[in-house]
Amino acid sequence: MAARAVWLAFRGGLGRRQAFSTKANVQVKARVAERTSPVTHALRFIPQGSGRITVEVIEHLERLALVDFGSREAVARLEKAVAFADRLREVDTDGVEPMESVLEDRCLYLRSDNVAEGNCAEELLQNSHRVMEEYFVAPPGNISLPKLVNKNPSYTAKW
Amino acid sequence: MAAPMLRGVSPVRRWSLAWVDGGSRHRRTSPNGSTSNRIREQSSVAQQPLHTAQKPRKGGHKWAAVVGLEIHAQISSNSKLFSGSQVSFTAPPNSLVSFFDASLPGTLPVLNRRCVEAAVMTGLALNCRINKKSLFDRKHYFYADLPAGYQITQQRLPIAANGSLSYGVFVGNRWSHMATKTVRIKQIQLEQDSGKSLHDDLRSQTLIDLNRAGVGLLEVVMEPDLSCGEEAAAVVKELQLILQALGTSQANMAEGQLRVDANISVHHPGEPLGIRTEVKNLNSIRFLARAIDHEIQRQINELESGGEILNETRSFDPKLGCTVPMRDKEGKQDYRFMPEPNLPPLVLYDTASLPAGADSQQVINIDQIRDALPELPSATRKRLVQQYGMLPEHSFALLNEAGLLQFFQNVMKETRAEPKKVTSWVLNTLLGYLKHHNLAVSESPITPSALAGLLDLLDSKAISSSAAKQVFEELWKGEAKTAAQIVSEKQLELMQDQEALERLCQSMMEGHPQVVMDMKKGNPRAINKLIGLVRKATLNRADPAVIKDTLERLSS
Repeated sequence: MAARAVWLAFRGGLGRRQAFSTKANVQVKARVAERTSPVTHALRFIPQGSGRITVEVIEHLERLALVDFGSREAVARLEKAVAFADRLREVDTDGVEPMESVLEDRCLYLRSDNVAEGNCAEELLQNSHRVMEEYFVAPPGNISLPKLVNKNPSYTAKW
Repeated sequence: MAAPMLRGVSPVRRWSLAWVDGGSRHRRTSPNGSTSNRIREQSSVAQQPLHTAQKPRKGGHKWAAVVGLEIHAQISSNSKLFSGSQVSFTAPPNSLVSFFDASLPGTLPVLNRRCVEAAVMTGLALNCRINKKSLFDRKHYFYADLPAGYQITQQRLPIAANGSLSYGVFVGNRWSHMATKTVRIKQIQLEQDSGKSLHDDLRSQTLIDLNRAGVGLLEVVMEPDLSCGEEAAAVVKELQLILQALGTSQANMAEGQLRVDANISVHHPGEPLGIRTEVKNLNSIRFLARAIDHEIQRQINELESGGEILNETRSFDPKLGCTVPMRDKEGKQDYRFMPEPNLPPLVLYDTASLPAGADSQQVINIDQIRDALPELPSATRKRLVQQYGMLPEHSFALLNEAGLLQFFQNVMKETRAEPKKVTSWVLNTLLGYLKHHNLAVSESPITPSALAGLLDLLDSKAISSSAAKQVFEELWKGEAKTAAQIVSEKQLELMQDQEALERLCQSMMEGHPQVVMDMKKGNPRAINKLIGLVRKATLNRADPAVIKDTLERLSS
């Protein structure tokens, strides 16, 4: 869980550095507004000093990832991971065209439009914790996610 | 949408079900989000006073609505965008799922050539610039019907961009005048569809069917150039016809193959654009127009009563006839776009850039696809107008109904009747009956040959037009009789015996001297009365024009 959260912080946090500053309460709101405008680059590295991660950011990440950081240590680990990743900013990339992928000079293989897979519902459903007839059963996670304010988790107490 | 989508569900379910269309829930960066775009748009909106939803404000200002569409069209292909599993609307749950579609570890996307060709065809048909190099990106969502946790799409560099789509709208009095308008296409991108979630509220769980997960979609993003529901409906209809003509999508809205989201805002012309809302779940063209017009009016009412418009997602409730806020996740969405590491850039060629000795299966030649494009609806309509002297609105009507044009052309092949007559019978009589009985053209009990036979009889004046209506009704019963057989059985042929008709007219005039007097005084209604009486006496078998001639001759 914690590892996944760190990974998330890399993805989410690196793209949105400003949210990790101490004045995040205001800035989280700014992010909400900003989200409605088109994002033209997948990853935007905005150099900024690292700081504490606010409870709002943690809540945001938890909700996106549907994971629970669970403890103060996990949050500390996340902060350390972000600080570690900050070292990437020491590399001067001015004027360097970003690489799409290590495979960017390769041809993209094109497959003929033939049906060659499928019909393996039984095998696939074996991976599922719960099934109903031929359906996977998932919790209604996107609908009635418990309100974080009601959870009153201990690690938010002093934040 | 609910009824057809439940097809794959077994009939013995005991719990209540509600499909949520995963595909249409996808949120994208908006087409009219950037400030520069929106400001630039003002001028062109202000120039369309005829089509702006207007209502005087206290200060006498008018409101103008700005509407942009994002349309997802499911690509018509045998297999999915990145896997070899089958694409089909009806199949048992999770039977059309490969290991990749279920995002099992170690599986990789392999691009379907057909989907790329469909995107290029659609891009060319919509006058787009085809990008010789386009890129794939990951867009992250956490939904159970998207098992990878991301959708592969084309966010940074789509396959086609900067196009346009011309469409026809009726101006003023319906059927009186058609105007051609144009909406700009911002971009067309290839992306994956999601699976479907079936919410079981009773047991608080969600059932997941991944059959649709990974099906190829064309997302067509339009600039906010529209100003009302009717325009949006005309645009979607035209796009639907183009996709169907190309064969790139079946574009059946009821089956979710064409899904429309509308971005709507209102403002005073000359002022910055208003805050927009996004209306989703528009699954029929009729609802689309109603939902947009309702949302425009709601925003105007809200603003005029001092309220404010929230940047939110709303869905249209066809039963209530209004839009309602959706459970909004706007504040929690962060797509975390990143380049798709498993797919190198997609490179396309034209004849000039085609590498020598390239494997023809591995290269796509844009010029070759352009040369093979079929006739598009706009060209078909132009041809109909030129070839048959048809009114433009009739050419629209013939194309708007699936199969009707083919029916018309088959009738034309077999009949001597004038195109104008055929058009009228096909559009008024046949289409009227089909609509009344809720039938598709393909289900018509009257074949093109049968109608051609009927129109021949009418054309040669063997039957009157009212007898023709009777014959049509008989043909509609679908008893495999020809029009000629029905005419002879029912004795509907016109009276060809001129002498008998003269005698009948004579006796009718003698029987109604007062009417004849009126007629001679020049009362136009008098002769019509006599014509009616004679027709009745002939059981509608005499041509009114001939009766009129005879009466006039006898009375002079």
